[in-house]
This record gives sequence, C-alpha cells and structure tokens, in this order.
Amino acid sequence: MTTAAARVGTRARAGVEEQVDVNRAAVSRRRWTSTRTWVQAAVIIVWCLLPFYWMVVTSFRDVGYTFDTAFWPTHVTLDNYVTALSTHWGNHLGHALLNSLIIGASVTLVALIVGVFASYALARIEFRFKGIVLGLIMGASMFPGVALLTPLFQLFTNIGWIGTYQALIIPEISFALPLAVYTLTSFLREMPWDLEEAARIDGCTSAQAFRKVILPLAAPAVFTTAILTFISSWNEFLISSQLSSDRTQPVTVAIASFTGSLPHQVPYTAIMAAGTIVTVPLVILVLILQRRIVAGLTAGGVKG
Amino acid sequence: MSATVIGAARGSDAPPPSEKRGGLQRAQRLRNRNALLLIIPTLVLLAIVIGYPIVSAIITSFQKDAGLDPATGFFVQGGFAGFSNFTHWLLQRCPTGDGGTTSCPPGNLGAQFWNSTFTTFFFTVATVVLETVIGFWMAIVMNRAFSGRALVRTAILVPWAIPTAVTAKLWVFMFSVAGIVNALFNSHILWTSDDWPSRFAIIIIDVWKTTPFMALLILAGLQLIPGEVYEAARVDGASTWKTFWTVTLPLVRPALLVAVLFRVLDALRMYDLPAIFGGGNATATWSILVVEQLRQGPNSASALSTIVFVFIFLIAYIFVRFLGANVVQTTQAQQKGELK
Repeated sequence: MTTAAARVGTRARAGVEEQVDVNRAAVSRRRWTSTRTWVQAAVIIVWCLLPFYWMVVTSFRDVGYTFDTAFWPTHVTLDNYVTALSTHWGNHLGHALLNSLIIGASVTLVALIVGVFASYALARIEFRFKGIVLGLIMGASMFPGVALLTPLFQLFTNIGWIGTYQALIIPEISFALPLAVYTLTSFLREMPWDLEEAARIDGCTSAQAFRKVILPLAAPAVFTTAILTFISSWNEFLISSQLSSDRTQPVTVAIASFTGSLPHQVPYTAIMAAGTIVTVPLVILVLILQRRIVAGLTAGGVKG
Repeated sequence: MSATVIGAARGSDAPPPSEKRGGLQRAQRLRNRNALLLIIPTLVLLAIVIGYPIVSAIITSFQKDAGLDPATGFFVQGGFAGFSNFTHWLLQRCPTGDGGTTSCPPGNLGAQFWNSTFTTFFFTVATVVLETVIGFWMAIVMNRAFSGRALVRTAILVPWAIPTAVTAKLWVFMFSVAGIVNALFNSHILWTSDDWPSRFAIIIIDVWKTTPFMALLILAGLQLIPGEVYEAARVDGASTWKTFWTVTLPLVRPALLVAVLFRVLDALRMYDLPAIFGGGNATATWSILVVEQLRQGPNSASALSTIVFVFIFLIAYIFVRFLGANVVQTTQAQQKGELK
C-alpha cells in the first residue's frame, strides 16, 4: 500500500520535473531567440548607419588625413565646411541649397494644392472609372524620367527655358503629384468622416463642416505628404542635371559636380562636408517624424 | 436610422435604403460629377507634364536629326525618318553617305544599345533579388516584438533619406583605391573604373540604399497577417522554416509582388547612381544612353526613350497580367488593412 502510494508520488514528481524541464527549455529558447533577434537588429543598424557615419567622420578630418582609417575622427577641423560653402573653386553649394528650397517648396505646393482635391474624391466618393483614375495615377508614378527628358529638353531649348526655375519645377510635378495623391488618399481613407456628417446634422454647411472639422484632422496627413513630396524633390537628379544652369542648379547637381583646386584632384573631405550639410537636416527631419513617414511610405506604396 | 447615417457616412457608397431608385441614380450622377470636378485638375496637370511629352517624343522619333549630311557635307534640316531612328538602336544600323545603312561602328552610341540593355537588366535582376531577400529578412526581424524595434526602424530610414547623388559620392570615396573598402579587405581593386568591380559596386550601393524601402513594404504586408495563423501553425507543430514557406510567404505574396514591381520599374530607370559613380560603358544603363544621345541628336534620343518606355511598359504589363500583381487592389487593401 505505502509502496504503491510512494510509486505514484515518484511518478507525479517525475512528471513535475519533466514539466519544469520543458518550461526551462522554453525560457532558454526564448532567451536565445531574443539574443538572436538583438544580434540581427544590431547587424541591420550597423549596416545602415556605418556609411553615413563614415561621411560625417571624414567631413571633420584634415585634408592631409583624407584616407585615414581610424574609426574615430582624427585631426579634427571645420575647414572642410568652410571649403564646401566657399565659392572660390567655382562651387556654389550655398546658392544650390537655396535653389533646392525654392524648387522643392514650389513643387510641393503645386502637388499638394492640386492633389488634395483628387485625393478627397478618391478617398471619399464612390464614382465610375475610379479604378481607371487610380491606375492612371499609379502608372504616372512609375513613368521613366528619361522618357520625359528628351521632349522637354527640346521644348525648353526652343522657348529658352533651359536654366530657369520653371524648367525644373514643371517636370518634377510629374513625379511629385502622383506621389502626393497616393499618400494623401491613403491617409484620407483613415479619417473619421462620421464627424463631418455629425457636424452637418448639427447645422454646418458642407463647406463649414469641411473647414472646421475635417481640415484640422487632415492637417497632419497633409503635412506628412508635404514632407515626402519635398524629400523626393530634394533628391531629384536626372531632370535637374540636364535642364539646370549654374544659376538654378540644385544641391544634388552641385554635389555631383563638386570640383577641387586642381582638375584631377578630388576634394573628398570637402565633398563629405557638403554631403553632410545636404543630408543631416533631412535625416533629423526623418528621425523626428519617423512614425508618420513610415506610415506614409507603406500606405502609398510609392517610392519617395 | 442613426446607424444607417453613420454607415452611409463611413462607406459613402451605401445610401439609406429609403432612397428611391431614381433618387439613387441622381445621387450617383451627382457624385460622378463632383468627383470629376475634383479630379480634373490632377488629370489636366498630368496630361501636360506626362501626356504631352509622350506624344511629342513619339512624333519627333520619326524625324531625322538635323546635322551634316555625310555625302554632301551640307547642313540638312531633318525631315521624315520613317523607322530609321528605331532600327538605328534595335538593329544597330547607322546611316551611310549614299542614303543606305551599315552596322554601327564600335564607339558609336548606336552600337551600345544592347550592351546597355544587358547592363540595365543585370542591375535590375541582381538588385531586386538581393533587395527582396535581405528586405524580407529585415522585415521579419522588425516584425518581432523586442525593445529595440523602434531603433531599427529609425536606422533603416537613414539610407533612404540620403539623396542618391550624395550616396553615390559617399561610396565613390569609400570605394576609391585608397578608400576604406580596399583598406578593410587589404585589396587594390579599381572599383570605379574596372568593368565588373564597378558593376558590383553599383549593385552594393543600390542594395544599401533601397533595401530599407523594400523592408518597409514587406513589413506592412507582414503586419496584416493575423497572429492566430501562426498560433495554429505552432499547434500543428510546424517548424520555423516550414511556417515561413507555407504561411508567411503565401500570405505576404500580394504585398511582396507590388513591392517587387515598384523596385523593378525603379531599377529599370536607374540613372543617378551609375552616372555619378562612373564605370563608363560597363555601367551605362538605358537612361544614361538616352542622356548621352540627347545633345547629339534629340530625335534619335526620342526614339530611344520611346523604346525604353515601351520595354518598361511591357515588363509592368507582364507583372500585372501573369504574376497577378494587382497594384491598385493591393495598395488599396493595404491602406484599408484588409489584405486577403
């Protein structure tokens, strides 16, 4: 009798120990998985940031140590920034920054003003040919830039527009507008439109309901779209490299054609400083607005 | 009743049932008209900035380039060219003095069309395959719940935010003979001028720059897969690998196809990177060839850009038709969070 009970007890204890073993295995497996995730995450972070870090580090190095391989900045100097912004080698980075701002702001403004109406219709109204309109705008966003470049180059040469701001702004609208419409539509779909209806029941006119209720709610969406559009315009190179002059050259072209004091000497440290000047404000902006930008990028599914 | 009103407000396509048929049609007509009014500015602007250039490119591609007539030495104004601009590129036929054609001599841009086609396709296949595989891995890592997730998400936006022109210059520096890449591997490779090294360099740079974008699109697809599906797979005792192949991949397929289509079309029009990085003929893509031709003869450049446009259009068509990449539906579903 007692031996039987003892046997049962032993079996039960063995069962508990087995269970504890399973739990311990699960815990250690989970810990192992989380370590593995962390290692993978670290690899991604290092891979993404290392080249950027190298640019910033190099931008602070004295010219004589351009190819120094020390991981930390050595022979730190701000000379490269002075060189990058100076004009004595025929570089105009400061002026190019202003150009990029003018072009980017104009493109963003036009794309947003026009695009907001279209995206309101696409997000809010069921109408015939909606699929076709969406397809057209999607197709426009995938259109190869060189197919526009040749005819526009001929046209702008004929009417003397090469080297003007409008020669850069108008073609860039073809990239910015579909991007703006797509991103805005996806944001507007998520809006609480019941509130607009509620405001109208409370006695607002359509226009009032839109202005007082929907517009404030839509402001962040419009702002995010503006940022994405502006970044895409800031990064444009193909059209600007062919249709701009020294006077209207944006930063991307200015950096690509950055020259040194001698024809075959590449002023790498100054170029890295120029690259840092052009990139760091953008990176900071992106980091601050990280969440919204990810939402905009994935919802629109369009390259920014 | 209030439920109907809210339903109507939210769906906007479900009018209250009390409306009569005639009223319904009238309401629909009104909606069509309002929608049209709102959309017209966008369509008109796109017609001006895209439609006009397409039509103009097609017309001018059938005209001769103005230039010196090789037979007489006189300057000629062009005129109707038939398909000669197209055969110039596709069959590599160059005009001779007596009005006939001969195969283009090496060094002539016409002789480079198929080389640049190869380069373009090679870049496209290599970068898109690598970006899809690495992007998928990044997306899976980011999809796990761990405390540093926000940090990874932030880090992958950095390569995306840097303008391609700056990226190209940065990597030219890192790939230069005395640069950090050669220093790390103790090699002396001429990355910016030798054929294959420069091609590989451009692929590496493009993968660095664009994989994050791919990872984000795939992540958006992954997040739409309900957790219960994985729960069920685990209960059934499926291994991690098997779960990936039989659950994750099929469910993420629509989002993945759209992401791949975007990347393919983007890679086919690649310009900034090879133009700034260098590598000469070995890295000359279609876009580079068009730009090089632009100032030599705009009409044959138009023909070339039309050919490129048709090629790219065909590839997009194949994607949508045969692989079932439904761009509009998938992105719409993705936006609504109803991906099936």
